Amino acid sequence: MDFQKVRNEVGNYVFILPAVVLFFIFSLYPFFKVFQLSVTDWNGINPQMNYVGLANFKDLLTDNPVFWLSMRNALNITVLALTLQNLLALFLAFLCDRDIRGGNIYRVIFYLPPVLSGIVVGLIWNWIYDGNYGLLNHFLEFIGLGDLTRAWLADANTALLAVAVIHMWKGFGWGFVILLAGLQSIPRELYEAARVDGANSWVVFKKITCPLMIPVFILVSILTILGTMQIFDIIISTTGGGPGYHTEVPITRILQTMIGASKFGYACAMGVVFGFVLLAISMVQIRVSKMMRQV
Amino acid sequence: MMADSTDINYEKLKKRTTSFFIHVFLILVSLSCLFPLWWAFASSLKTQQTVFKDLSFFPQTPHWENYYLAWTKADFGRYFLNSLFYTVAVVVGVLFIASMAAYAFSRLKFKGRNILFLICISTMMIPIPGSFIALYVLLNKLHLIDTRLGYILPQINGGLPLGIFLLKTFFDDLPKELEDSARIDGCGRFRVYWHIALPLARPALAVLAIFVILAVWNEYLLAMLVLSDKGLMPLQRGLMVFQGAHITQYPLLMAGIVITVLPVLVIYLMLQKHIIKGITAGAVKG
Repeated sequence: MDFQKVRNEVGNYVFILPAVVLFFIFSLYPFFKVFQLSVTDWNGINPQMNYVGLANFKDLLTDNPVFWLSMRNALNITVLALTLQNLLALFLAFLCDRDIRGGNIYRVIFYLPPVLSGIVVGLIWNWIYDGNYGLLNHFLEFIGLGDLTRAWLADANTALLAVAVIHMWKGFGWGFVILLAGLQSIPRELYEAARVDGANSWVVFKKITCPLMIPVFILVSILTILGTMQIFDIIISTTGGGPGYHTEVPITRILQTMIGASKFGYACAMGVVFGFVLLAISMVQIRVSKMMRQV
Repeated sequence: MMADSTDINYEKLKKRTTSFFIHVFLILVSLSCLFPLWWAFASSLKTQQTVFKDLSFFPQTPHWENYYLAWTKADFGRYFLNSLFYTVAVVVGVLFIASMAAYAFSRLKFKGRNILFLICISTMMIPIPGSFIALYVLLNKLHLIDTRLGYILPQINGGLPLGIFLLKTFFDDLPKELEDSARIDGCGRFRVYWHIALPLARPALAVLAIFVILAVWNEYLLAMLVLSDKGLMPLQRGLMVFQGAHITQYPLLMAGIVITVLPVLVIYLMLQKHIIKGITAGAVKG
């Protein structure tokens, strides 16, 4: 009887075995390995590696301006995405929340860029921004602003902004779809009741829409931050981090340190630091959101 | 009486004007979404000589043979088949493994069930940039660098957390009676899962499959790290290799882009309702 029971339970484990095995090999092991390698000077090839303590971290924090520049670049893109991209998304969501003809068609079109890969999007925009044959320059000449023409992605003054525009173009549809779903989940009766009480649009927005949308706003901003800080495909397929270090971002730096400079241990330390930065950002966001909900 | 009717007309007019400007704005944004894609398509039909000068939205003599050249000479045919193979392999792997685990987490009893479930979906919450370095080291140790398996297995693992989470939620909401009666009739638990639970889960499996398909088709980082043999590369990687080698062959590059985008476009347009429902469901509930 007992034997039967044990056999039964073991049989149940078989169902989760493949998932657990894959998880241990491809998720858990790399997760801990990163921490382990981050305190070594391993070059990725030699069988031998030396324990160097926190030397990698010390160097990273005090003597690696390019890494912190890459962090700042990603942060700049993130700030733009948080403000411009999400405001555009919110505005469009408001427009489509009304009973508008063809609302669904707009939704399908706006969500098109998000389903494309960063590589494809980057390669197409490469050409739009091109200095000699680019569409943007043709357009500027056409409307009489020929003075502004330049190689947008190769110019140190515009490269980061140009990349940020690509990223926002790819991303706003995603925010739009989520924000629209949030708006549509607000019961219409609330609006009608407020109208009957004589509230104008602004008051309705401030007193009804905003409070109810706060959880959605928070979700969208956390995901925007995490997604944008880890931007990579679009950089690789457009500037590759250049000109100079003007569009370097953390992930391209980690890859460069790992593959380009063969400093695996150091690259792992970068990954750990970057991971903690991301964690800290989302913690702060969650804290702030809790405070806002109480107010 | 008169005043009333003009008031109504005024209201109507105001509404119509607002609606008109809203549509103008929405159409402009829509065009900005569609135009780059159309431009890539139009350019793929021009020649190396005309592509920089001919600014028409559709070339007078479209060079469809560019697609033949891209498919054969530029290797996009091979990349396409590779992408197809990887996508199918990862989707089958994720659907099978995730549904089995989700079924167990929802229906079967064993020690440590809840904690194991939380562990399995934990990677959805924790961002670990840089774990790809250790993954690369691991694949190297296992001699999986530059193999198809080395590209497929980590991606199956990558799809599991979402898959297990999604399917467990689905099974939890599913009435048990059918399965219970099958068990009484003497069906083993695997047959109950395979013949009864899985067919019922078809809608959830379809949603999961769509997301896995899009993720695998668009994947680049792992392909860059794991695959350096051109014969094994998927489309995204192939595009970058082609761009690196023939930077000026724009029409062929654009044809490659269209070849890459077309399957995604077809799947998206066919299944957009499910895709948008899928991404919003989690967001609005959570």
